[in-house]
Amino acid sequence: MNVERLAGAANRSRKVIYHFCPFSLAICLLVLSSCSGVQSALDPAGREADAVATLFWVMVAGGGLIWLCVMGAFLFAGRFKTQPLTERRAGGIIVFGGVAFPVVVLAGLIAYAGWLMPAMRPWFAGEGEGLRRIEITAEQYWWRVRYLDDKGQVLRESANEVFMPVDERVLFVLKAKDVIHSFWIPSLGGKMDAIPGRVNNLQLEATKTGSYRGVCAEFCGTAHALMAFTVEVLEKQAFEDWLRPKASSTPVSAAQTPDAGGLDAFLKNGCGACHAIDGTQAQGAIGPNLTGFGTRPTVAAGTLPNTTGHLIRFIKTPDLIKPGVNMPSYNMLLQAEVEAISLYLKGLK
Amino acid sequence: MTGKLGPLLPQDQREAQEKRLRDVWETPSGWRYWTSVNNSEIGLWYGCTAFIFMLFAGVLALLIRLQLAVPDNTFLSANFFNQAFTLHGTVMMFLFAVPIFEAVAIFLLPSMLGARELPFPRLSAFGFWSFAIGGVFVCGSIFFGAAPNSGWFMYPPLATDKEQTGIGADIWLLGLSFIEVASIAAAVELIVGIMKCRAPGMRVNMMPLFAWYLLIVAGMILFAFPPLIAGDLLFEMQRMFDWPFFDAERGGDPLLWQHLFWIFGHPEVYIIFLPAIALMAMIVPTFSQRPIVGYSWIVLAAVGTGFLSFGLWVHHMFTTGLPQISLAFFSAASEAVVIPTGVQIFVFIATMLAGRVIFSVPMLFGAGALAIFIIGGLTGVMVALVPFDWQAHDTYFVVAHLHYVLIGGMLFPVTAGIYYFYPFFNGKKLSDAWGKIAFWLMFVGFNVAFFPMHFAGLRGMPRRVFTYPAEMGWDWFNLISTVGAFVFAAGFLIVVADVVRPKTRQAPAKPNPWNAGTMEWLNQHEESWGIRSIPIIKSRYPLWDQPDLRKNIEDGRYYLPDAETGHRETLVTSVLDGAPQQVLRVGGSSYVTMIAAFLLGGVFIALTYEWWWTTIICAIGTLIAILYWLWTGTAQIPEAEMRDAGLGERFPLYVSGPASVGWWAMFITMVGDGTAFASLIFGYFFYWTIHDDFTGGQVGPGWQWPLAAAALFVIAWGCMLLARFANTRNLASTMRLSIAVSLLLTIAGIAAGLMGPYQHAMEPTLHVYPATVWILAIWTSTHGAVALIMQLYCLARSYAGYLTADYDQDLCNVVLYWHFMVFTAVVTYLTIGLFPELR
Repeated sequence: MNVERLAGAANRSRKVIYHFCPFSLAICLLVLSSCSGVQSALDPAGREADAVATLFWVMVAGGGLIWLCVMGAFLFAGRFKTQPLTERRAGGIIVFGGVAFPVVVLAGLIAYAGWLMPAMRPWFAGEGEGLRRIEITAEQYWWRVRYLDDKGQVLRESANEVFMPVDERVLFVLKAKDVIHSFWIPSLGGKMDAIPGRVNNLQLEATKTGSYRGVCAEFCGTAHALMAFTVEVLEKQAFEDWLRPKASSTPVSAAQTPDAGGLDAFLKNGCGACHAIDGTQAQGAIGPNLTGFGTRPTVAAGTLPNTTGHLIRFIKTPDLIKPGVNMPSYNMLLQAEVEAISLYLKGLK
Repeated sequence: MTGKLGPLLPQDQREAQEKRLRDVWETPSGWRYWTSVNNSEIGLWYGCTAFIFMLFAGVLALLIRLQLAVPDNTFLSANFFNQAFTLHGTVMMFLFAVPIFEAVAIFLLPSMLGARELPFPRLSAFGFWSFAIGGVFVCGSIFFGAAPNSGWFMYPPLATDKEQTGIGADIWLLGLSFIEVASIAAAVELIVGIMKCRAPGMRVNMMPLFAWYLLIVAGMILFAFPPLIAGDLLFEMQRMFDWPFFDAERGGDPLLWQHLFWIFGHPEVYIIFLPAIALMAMIVPTFSQRPIVGYSWIVLAAVGTGFLSFGLWVHHMFTTGLPQISLAFFSAASEAVVIPTGVQIFVFIATMLAGRVIFSVPMLFGAGALAIFIIGGLTGVMVALVPFDWQAHDTYFVVAHLHYVLIGGMLFPVTAGIYYFYPFFNGKKLSDAWGKIAFWLMFVGFNVAFFPMHFAGLRGMPRRVFTYPAEMGWDWFNLISTVGAFVFAAGFLIVVADVVRPKTRQAPAKPNPWNAGTMEWLNQHEESWGIRSIPIIKSRYPLWDQPDLRKNIEDGRYYLPDAETGHRETLVTSVLDGAPQQVLRVGGSSYVTMIAAFLLGGVFIALTYEWWWTTIICAIGTLIAILYWLWTGTAQIPEAEMRDAGLGERFPLYVSGPASVGWWAMFITMVGDGTAFASLIFGYFFYWTIHDDFTGGQVGPGWQWPLAAAALFVIAWGCMLLARFANTRNLASTMRLSIAVSLLLTIAGIAAGLMGPYQHAMEPTLHVYPATVWILAIWTSTHGAVALIMQLYCLARSYAGYLTADYDQDLCNVVLYWHFMVFTAVVTYLTIGLFPELR
């Protein structure tokens, strides 16, 4: 369902009506009939994003007006005035336009932003106490996502998908394993870098349930463009159910599923050295944890929809799909083995 | 307002004078042409080379746009795309935007100031050759798939990773360090030129605005580039020798690089922007046919912009998790820069309001610049607000913003400048009709290309992505941007075509074709002597206010109308009042500058490939070339003490100390050097602030050796002061003895400085603390080694008879170096020796 929702949102965004008058010196109008999108800061679904979008439109209106006035003054001075002004009066324009006006406007703007800031991100690091914590470790080129309990124990680990409860402030604890990355969910709020050797905190509060998309915003190497993740904002109860699944649905022994041949192939070919699947012998911690992989909307960190076909391609030639990826190619595996592994992974719930 | 005027000589005598001037200032022909150091040649080569690099980077931009035209495109590989955008940014910044103004300044400034030449023409030539070699080296790398690929900002740990970045990062670091040398050389040249080579009577408050701006910009280069050079040094030490400056696991921190880079990177924006405004400050009064309104306002605003620009760098780091309170501070400081920028824009509007405006092609480009730049400025106000930046940072919104700022604030004014100054260059105008077509293509193309990027960015498109999925709704934005980019490129190609098309049949424009008021329009473009005789200036717009100025100058009725001594000479005046002080002899055509540049290039290029022997040989060669250059070209004892400069006035040919241009050049260079040193010290204390125990449990250098080293350097400095004192008393042997003692003390000081970390077996690859101690010790020791060479040079000059009580430039300048040397040594050794004990 996630894929369909993402695709649906994308179709809506295609209907953007694009209107541009390049020849007009007066103003270049870009009218967007819709700003919707799963990854749009102009279609906010979070408290921070909402405040910033409002701030943006206020500034666009004010800025447009200023631009018109300055260009008007310039054109008047260059083209339309009939008599030169005295030096004294012209000098007055410098004081008014260059000093007085900007001082007033900027003081207002800075006050506005200063008033917004503490509500968005706390002034002091300690203010995130007591919030639900999700630890994100950015790695080339994917996201390790760990849901922590009050004591910092990992409740659930996943990769490249973030589940959040609606109307609740969540503290993202951002770490980086190798290089600098930046964690950004435009629909919910601004970004924050993940820097090796440092731990950054980011608080986000979603205000609408739905599917969104996040990306790495800081250039992080060859496949920087292919480092996305999905965000599912759920009702609180649905989120709790997801976080602490009932015992019956836990894949206690995945080896007993019909795709057991896939698990054998998975283990035999050493996939478990890097990947973990809870309830199996695969306990690798280098690559993404694949527990429940079948429910994830995408393969290769938001690069392709999660279908067995794409999985097969990725296992055989990861470098073609994601240049620079750390996963080696498994092109030497028998086609049947790759297919079995893919079917098995797709079947993991 | 004619003032002092020499006699009008008979025609034949004037022609004889002209012949002698022409011979002395002659540009060599044939292949020797390239040994020329004349400012008009160097300026031209500099400018053309910068434009070639710009076209190259423009092609890269078009490739980038082609790749992004449609989603999921496979036109370029990820790796090539990353190289392309890295090189695009790097080349546009380092090889076009900054050098083009060094070029324009070298080309125009002597004429604007009424000087024959800038004070160090060979330094300009050296700078040009360094720039050209370094630029070709950096650009060429992409043809071998070896270009830098981690962005023009080179953030570690990505860019320090040898496997992921290959040789490209070294090419970036060393190639650009080499070019930064050229930039600093140009800065020294321009500062001294503007301060000391103005025409008599041109007080500072009469300087053309262009000169004011260039003075400010050159000063900014002096403080902005050295932090980057220091950063490059740390960076390269990590890449070559694994010293962990930016490696978090061993106590380093990637953020230190970001600080050093943006302390450079933000002033860089204004280093690019202010000279463009300077061009507009020349163009707008001309086409308003009146002096600028608010001269003091615009000068103060430019100075203010320069100062503020050093306090904004953190706004590039709003998302790195720094404390909110410092974000708020830097946000307010970033907004404050709007005020001086606004003042500058309104000065132009006020001038136009108070004048009668002629709307020509340069003004058309000026109008386009304003329309575009203001949008860039307004989006700048937006991204300077912290909450908005959290969303916009690293998205296409910022791509749009920076291109609006740089193309509106730099490329359009430069194009206006090309149309305006073209007649200065060859006496002919560019085509009005072509100019208008070019303008509209560029203006429309630019906006079509970049306006949609604002929205692509806010709809979630990050920067530096080589591809994007079709479902994101960015496809139309990108396709339109690509179309616009090509229209824009077509417009610029028309400008290029107009510039290079043959104009032999075109009638020459009249002298001063725009009826401008400033002195560069006295230029006789067919002559290489710069100005026929150096006039006395009494106005900001002498061509408007001093009648018959051109005729009197061309009749040789002012200073230095002749070159009877066979030397290239120009007048040196006092810094504030422009009172004539000296007749300065400047260097002429020479191979040595080119050879020195090529050898220095060899050092940097060989270092890139870690060819140690080649590096060492080239380094020794560079040293020999520079010593030869100094020995044969500087502090030459003239045949007479005084020189008749015309108008019945005589000035000395040799001055030393603060009256001499060489002293100023040394002072300015050492200010830059001191800034680099301060950046390293900043690094030392930066690690102290981020760690509970910044030594990481490693041993320090102890306090004994560092204190001994500091003491030795202080005494050595004292001996140098004594040497200078003895020299003024004509005590040659005391002077030589003092220098010799100082020399031995310096050797001891260098050894003692290195003994501290050496004896305590500090291992720089283990932790960042020993690495910082070592780097400071090595920095200071290297400066000590340079001091040694200078002391030997002084001794040699003394024995050769070139350094005497009356002719003591060399010693004065070396003592000046020693003031900085002793400061560096004391700060270094007290820091590394005492700070760990005291904290």
